[in-house]
Parts: sequence; C-alpha cells; structure tokens
Amino acid sequence: MKTFYKKFLEKFIEGLLMLSSTITTLTVVLIVFFLFKEGIGVFNKKPIEEGYVIAINKNNIVTKISSEQIKNIYDQKIKNWKEIGGKPDSIILFRLEDISNYYSDAAIGENFEGLPNCLSRLIDSVPNIIAFFPEKYLDKNFKGRQLEIDKVTLSEFFGGKEWFPTAQPAAQLGVMPLILGTLWVSLGAILLALPLGLAASVYMSEIASDKVRRIMKPLIELLAGIPSVVYGFFGLVIIVPLIQKTFNLPVGETALAGSIILGIMALPTIITISEDAMRNTPRAMKEASLALGASKWQTIYKVVIPYSISGITAGAILGIGRAIGETMAVLMVTGNAAVIPHSILEPVRTIPATIAAELGEAPNGGLHFQALFALGCILFLITLVINLTVEFISNRNKYNKH
Amino acid sequence: MKTNIILLAFALYTSVSSAQKLKGSDTVLPLGQKEAESFMNKNKSAKVTVTGGGSGVGLAALVDGTTDIAMSSRKMKMAEKMKLQEEKKESKEVIIAYDALAVIVNPTNKVSQLTREQLEGIFTGEIKNWKEVGGDDLQIVVYSRESSSGTYEFFKEHVLNNKNYASSVLAMPATGSIIQSISQTKGAIGYVGLAYMEKQVKDVKVSYDNGKTFVGASMANAKNKTYPISRPLYYYYLTTSEKAVKLFVDFCLSTEGQKIVEQVGYVPLAK
Repeated sequence: MKTFYKKFLEKFIEGLLMLSSTITTLTVVLIVFFLFKEGIGVFNKKPIEEGYVIAINKNNIVTKISSEQIKNIYDQKIKNWKEIGGKPDSIILFRLEDISNYYSDAAIGENFEGLPNCLSRLIDSVPNIIAFFPEKYLDKNFKGRQLEIDKVTLSEFFGGKEWFPTAQPAAQLGVMPLILGTLWVSLGAILLALPLGLAASVYMSEIASDKVRRIMKPLIELLAGIPSVVYGFFGLVIIVPLIQKTFNLPVGETALAGSIILGIMALPTIITISEDAMRNTPRAMKEASLALGASKWQTIYKVVIPYSISGITAGAILGIGRAIGETMAVLMVTGNAAVIPHSILEPVRTIPATIAAELGEAPNGGLHFQALFALGCILFLITLVINLTVEFISNRNKYNKH
Repeated sequence: MKTNIILLAFALYTSVSSAQKLKGSDTVLPLGQKEAESFMNKNKSAKVTVTGGGSGVGLAALVDGTTDIAMSSRKMKMAEKMKLQEEKKESKEVIIAYDALAVIVNPTNKVSQLTREQLEGIFTGEIKNWKEVGGDDLQIVVYSRESSSGTYEFFKEHVLNNKNYASSVLAMPATGSIIQSISQTKGAIGYVGLAYMEKQVKDVKVSYDNGKTFVGASMANAKNKTYPISRPLYYYYLTTSEKAVKLFVDFCLSTEGQKIVEQVGYVPLAK
C-alpha cells in the first residue's frame, strides 16, 4: 500500500512537472503567434485612416499619391499640383470639419443626410480641391474621383525614413530611424560596458582578495536589482545635463545618455557571467602556467581569458540583449525624436520606447496598433538572433573541449 | 401585491443609490476623482467610480453603455457622433471646466513673447533658431508630449493649425520630464498644463492676432478668456440616463464643485 501510494505520488508530480513545462512552452508559442499575426496585418492596410477616402475633382490628372505626399500636402509643404504630377494650380485643402464654411447646417441636415450630396457638389465645383472624408459620405453618384493609395509595402516599412503613425491624414510608417536608434544606443552601451565589465571581472576573479570580492560582488549584483525607471530618473537629472555641458550641445537627451545608462544596466550581467566563467578555469591549468614561469599577467591573458572566452562572450551578448529590450530608462533619456541619427550626440527613438509610449492611444486593431506589433516582431527577431548566437558560441566551446 | 411593493421599493432604492461610472480622459481624471470624493462625502448613499484611459476610450464606453458619464478633453468627434446615431442614442454635453496650456522656455531665454504663427513655425520645424524670433543665436530644441497624451492633439489643433509636428521634436513621457528638461536646456521650448507650471521654467506670452496683443498664461487670464490656448473639459452622458447622473453633474457645476476645479489646477467656469 505504501509503495502504491509512493508510486502514485511520483506519477502525480511527474504529470504536474510535465504540465507546467507544456504550459510554459505553449504560452511562448502563443505569444509569438499573436505577435506575428498582428504584426503582419500592417501590410494589408492602406496608410490612411480606416474608412476614409481622399478625393479630387474629376478633371484633375493626378491618379496616384503616396502617403508621404498626402502628409506634405496637408502640412502645406506641397502647395501646387504640379509638384506631384498635376497641372500647375494651387492645392485647396478640405477636411470634413471645413464643410460648414461651404454649406449651411440646413443643407447638411441634422443627421448628415445631405452631406454626401454636398461633398459631391463641392468637389465637382472646385477644380483644385483635395478632400479627406469618411467613405460612408461618398455619394452614390459621386462626381469627383477617388485617389488611389497603395497598401503599406515592405520596402516602405523597412526603408522609410519617417516614423509618424499619428500624422493626419496619412500615417508615415518608416521604421528605419527606430531600428537605427535601437542599434545605435545598444552599440554605444556595449562599447562602454564591455571593457569596464571585463576589467572588473578579471580583477574580481584573479586579483582581488577574498575579502574585497565578498564586498564587491553583492554590490555589483545589486545593480541588477535597481528598477529601470530609477536608472532613467538618474539619467535624466544627472547624466543628461552632464553630457550637455561637456559637449556643449543644444540638447542633452542623446543616444549617448541612453548608452551610458544601458551600459550601467548591462554591467552586472557581463561581470557576473564572465567572472563565473573565469573562476571556472581549472586550477591545474593556472598552476601549470605559473610553474612554467609565466607571470600572473601572462597567465591571465594567455590561459584564463582564452579558456573562459565563451563565457565572456555569452555575458556580453546577454548584456546586449538586455540593452536592446530595455524600455523605460531609455524612454526617459534619449529624447525620442524619430529621426535618423548621424552621431551619438543626437536624440534617438528606440523600438521598445516607441511601443511603450504609443500603444496607449493606438486604436485597437488599427494600422498604428498593428505597426507597433510589427515593431515588436522586429525586436523579437533581433533578440532571437542574439540568443542563437549565444547558443552557438557555447556549443562550439563544448566541442573544443572534447 | 406585497411582492410588488417590495419590488418597487427595491427599484427605488437602487435608482437612488445606483453606482455611477465615469470613464475617459486622463486630463479630466484627477478632477473627476476629487469631485466624486466630495460628492460621496456629501451623499453617503451614492457611489461613483472614476477610471481613466483616454477621451476616446471614455466616449467608446458611453456608446457601448459601459459607462454613465464619459469624461473628455475634446469635443465628440464626427465618427463618435455617427456611432451614437447608429445605436439610436442621444448624448448631452456639459462643459465642467477649462484647461489652459502654457508655452514654456528656459528661464535664461530672452524671448518672452511669441505669436501663434511663430509657434507653428517652431513646432513644425520651419523656425530652427531663436534669433529668427528675436532671441539669441541658439538652436531651438522643441519638447512635446508623447502622441498618447491629450495635450498633444489639443496643441496640434489649436496652435499648429492641424499641421503635423516636425519629426525632430523630442517626445517626453510625462509633464514632469518636460519641465525638468526645459529647465536644464538653454534653447528649449515646450508646453504644459497651466496647473503644472513651476518656477524652474519661464512662460511665454502668446498672441493670436499677429502680435497686436500678447497674453500671459495665468489663471486670471484663462478665467476671463483672454488667454487663447485653453480648452473646455467635457462630461458626456446619454439623455436616457439624465436622471441618474443629474445629481452628480449638478454638483460639479455648483460653487462647491467649481472650487474643486480650482484646487485641482484647472480653470473654473465663469459665473
């Protein structure tokens, strides 16, 4: 009876363990599926607000228009039809709110029943008009012509230089500045954190006395536990003004500020992992080196570092991984201007910061919403590549040992 | 008969003490909460819950019937009106307070007044240096809120004449960080709600009549309607639920309610 009970318990626990790992795997797969399902939807949409049309007079010779041109027209940067391939004539802008300038409330009707007719007549009577209004007010025998707008294309999405999803009437969805901003900040972070982290881990594993290490290591690990918003606050109040004064810049919120903060945040990961790898160097190898007459320094850079190189790389790459995905601290210190950065001393906008800042007001299921999910996909792919690299490097080392 | 009376009593009871829900704009949220608190203190049986989420969220909830009052920092949009119409519902709009935006610069900046056209040029990226608007030879650094903020849209409509912001504008996640950044950046300009004005930054007088008169952002100027960058804050409710919400809405419009408006930092309605 007792053995039966024991066996039953074992089976039960086994099942429980299997269940939890299955649930975890399924959750991850589901999240990835959801992410990509929403993200890919962006390429099925037109870059203007859903349910809206852009219409012109039927005698206008322009047939096609890009979202960038629409935005520039409504920002009054393009003021003449000839700039986009039409006859030379100034452009008259029309938004639905402007209807009261042309027609009386009586003509429009209390329930807007007269609106389609008004719109049709207006567009017919003004030859150089461009009108932006909801599709449902398109008259049955509409006398104007709708402009064709292409769906968002891959090249527009990845090659576009402007990220402005809330631009009206046409959203600009170029992710180039965001991808470059993310990579720029992460690269800077790793350039700062890697030498510092390596130096610290060599010191702690090989040089420092036990007593010093016992104080230093917990302190460094404490860095990992500080909430990122605290880092962001520190960065905004201390590092941003410091950068501004040191480089005499007009603005201190720069990629460099983000890099410094992320560098500090990546340090504990780099130090802990590479220090562990170095301390795993077999004592026999170190002693053999010393016995052959090598100095302490020679032993460190000829024996310890080569032996633990895979651990060091893994630490560095996981550090980058943290830097790329970090949101709040970066949101607070990089200025978030969606422009392509030319130097590390300019404001940048990163992918995680964009998602965090914009998701709140993006209408569920709309173009902007899906574009943010597509950004999430890009971020996911970047970190996936990073993780695969770690896997590859640590595997390679295993083969070397045998 | 007896059960009928009980039912009737129950119905009366629930209608008197029915819980009211307010949902919507994060700008109106602190005001709605304070009003609800004092209202519940006065009427022990009343229960008012207030949640944020944005004006759009609140108005959508009103159409769905999941909230009794939608708080909004903008007028109901055409699309929202049409949705209500489809559902054969009618809404009522009440202005409960005004909110004003102050344009702020670094205290060391010489420029103390700007016209609307100059502000438009600065925020759309056409004016890039302070010397173009009478200041020092210094690059202009423009700060704005993130696009999810209600002030972002409001400023775009009222000051930028519906044009889009320049993409080089720095977007900050909170009003506090705008003030912090502007106080430490010499060439900075930005905007914050009047309630958030602090001494570390300087407000700029604005003119909406091509520079004839410039008005400073102060509570007094906002109250007498001379300050141009101000907007009404709204409650929306369905005409069918007017009875249920009337008590609370009336409280917000009363002298006591308007005192709370001032405490929270918004501009009370002119009497």
